[in-house]
Order: sequence, then C-alpha cells, then structure tokens
Amino acid sequence: MTARGLIVAALMILAVSPAHGATPRPVDEQTVHEIAAQLRCVVCQSLSVADSPSETANQMRGVIRERLAAGDSPAQVRDYFVEKYGPWILLAPPRRGFDLLVWVAPFAVLGIGLVAIVLVLRRWRRAPSPAAQAPLAADVRERIRREMEELDR
Amino acid sequence: MTSRWIRFVIPAAVVPVLLLLAYGFWTNPREIPTPLIGKPAAAFALASFSGAPFNLEHYRGRVVMLNFWASWCRPACYEEAPALERIWKEYKDRGVVVLGVDVQDNDDAARKFLAQFGHTFPNAPDPGGRVAIDYGVYGVPETFFIDRQGHVRFKQVGALTDDIARKHLDKLLAEKP
Repeated sequence: MTARGLIVAALMILAVSPAHGATPRPVDEQTVHEIAAQLRCVVCQSLSVADSPSETANQMRGVIRERLAAGDSPAQVRDYFVEKYGPWILLAPPRRGFDLLVWVAPFAVLGIGLVAIVLVLRRWRRAPSPAAQAPLAADVRERIRREMEELDR
Repeated sequence: MTSRWIRFVIPAAVVPVLLLLAYGFWTNPREIPTPLIGKPAAAFALASFSGAPFNLEHYRGRVVMLNFWASWCRPACYEEAPALERIWKEYKDRGVVVLGVDVQDNDDAARKFLAQFGHTFPNAPDPGGRVAIDYGVYGVPETFFIDRQGHVRFKQVGALTDDIARKHLDKLLAEKP
C-alpha cells in the first residue's frame, strides 16, 4: 500500500468511527462475531449476520462494532436489534411464552415416546407368545367347525 | 394397555400436532410485524442530496412519510417512485413531509434515479445503513408513516401506491395536532 493509500485508509476509518462516546473502546472482533452469530440475516435464508456476505449483514456488523465501541454490553447490542426487528431477529427463539414450545416440545415428545416404548415392551414380555399357547381343546375346535359351517350355509 | 386406551392416545398425540400445523399454515411467513408501531420514531440526521434539511426533529409537528429506497431496487422502487412525488405535491401544503432514505446505493446511480423521476422532496443517502437498521428495515422499499407527535404508526412493505399513502396520511392528518 502506498503512503497515499494509507492516508486514505486512515481517513476512511476515522469517517466510520462512531460520533457518540468521547473515547471509543477497543472492540474485540470475536465479540462482534459472537453477537452477529446470534442474529438472523434479514435478507438471507437461514444465515446468521456473522455468516452472510450480504451488504445488509455487513452494515449490521458495523452497527454491532459501533455500539460495542460506544460502551454497550453484548446483551445491550442484542436487545437493540430485538427492539428494532422483534424477537424474529434472534436465531434461537427466546425461552418464554409461545416460543418456549420449540424448546420444550421435542424433549416432551421424546419422553412420552420413551414411556410408551417401556409400557409396550413390558406388555409384550408379560403376554405369552401365541406359539407357546396350548393347542385348542377338541370340543372348542369342534364348535368352531360347526359355526363356520353355519356361516357358509 | 387395551385398544380402548389406544383410542385416546392417538388423538391425544395427533390433535396437538395438527393444531400447531394449522396455526403455522394460517400465519403468513412473509408478514414480519415491526415492533416499532406506536413507538417514538428514531431520530436521524443525514446529509441530503439537495442540501434540504434531513433530520426528523426539524419536521416535528408534521406528518412524516419516511420512504426507504435504492436505485438498484427493481421493479418495486421504480413502480412507487411516481406515486411518492405525486403524494408529496398533493400533501406538502397540508402538513406532510415526504423523506426518502437511499440505502446501500452509490451516489451517481441514486442521483440518476432522483433525476429520472423528478423527485423534489428531500432524499439522503444512509451511510453504513444506520438509519435503515434503526427502523428495522428488511428490504427496500419500505415506508413508515410517522404522526405529528413523532410516533411510528404504520409500515408499508413493498411498493407504495397513491391509495395506501392517502389512506394513512388522511388518517394521521385527521387526528388532533
């Protein structure tokens, strides 16, 4: 990079640095990534803001960086996006209200299934298999034959 | 476990799943409600293309129609562009201001767009997309209707029409200042 390029780059960094907050804090890119990974990229299908190459996601990462530099905690930054876009923006739905269902239902259904399997297995073990049953008594056999004949008539 | 027992278990398992599916299919996945309705509109101050004032505070007391657009947004932004200028001309003397925020655009293309449609209401680029994100914008075009007290009241996703704009503006203008 030439000297002129460096000056231009420095000016660009100055231009995008936040206006609010007298002394911007140094921002850990790992923290930016962690927050971005929890947010849904609004213009994508099933991509987080961390993973999307779109300009919108890029701008959102910029806002995350800016807010952290201004002194916001990661939770405050996340809350900012929820406030603007609603809980929809979170890739993991909040564990309360109706959304709790997606956290609880799979485990509940799994539990019910396990209980059902145990009950069925126990029943199968208790019931003797048909092959092990004693052959029909001669008089019963005779009665079945007679009733079948009546049906055919 | 008798067959009678099974007769209760199967509906007990199937009915909640069907209800959940029914709920899922009745709701429109494309309809993403904004949590901003009724909340104070976020303040902004941008440098407009024409030099006209472009901050919300300046227009307090007026009904604001805040439109997010881009020159690359085809066809919706091109469809609604003539309506925006018509509405601006029709309502500017009745206490309404139309503001256009140009998102993720380049300067030349944006100015060409404004010239093509002869837009005379204030328009400004949104560097870094801060204003768009502050309004929870998903994509362009989106239009917010802000009442005289500075509260977000309606949001239109997709191309605006004269009828939709008139409906919201007339309602907000009819409210007591």
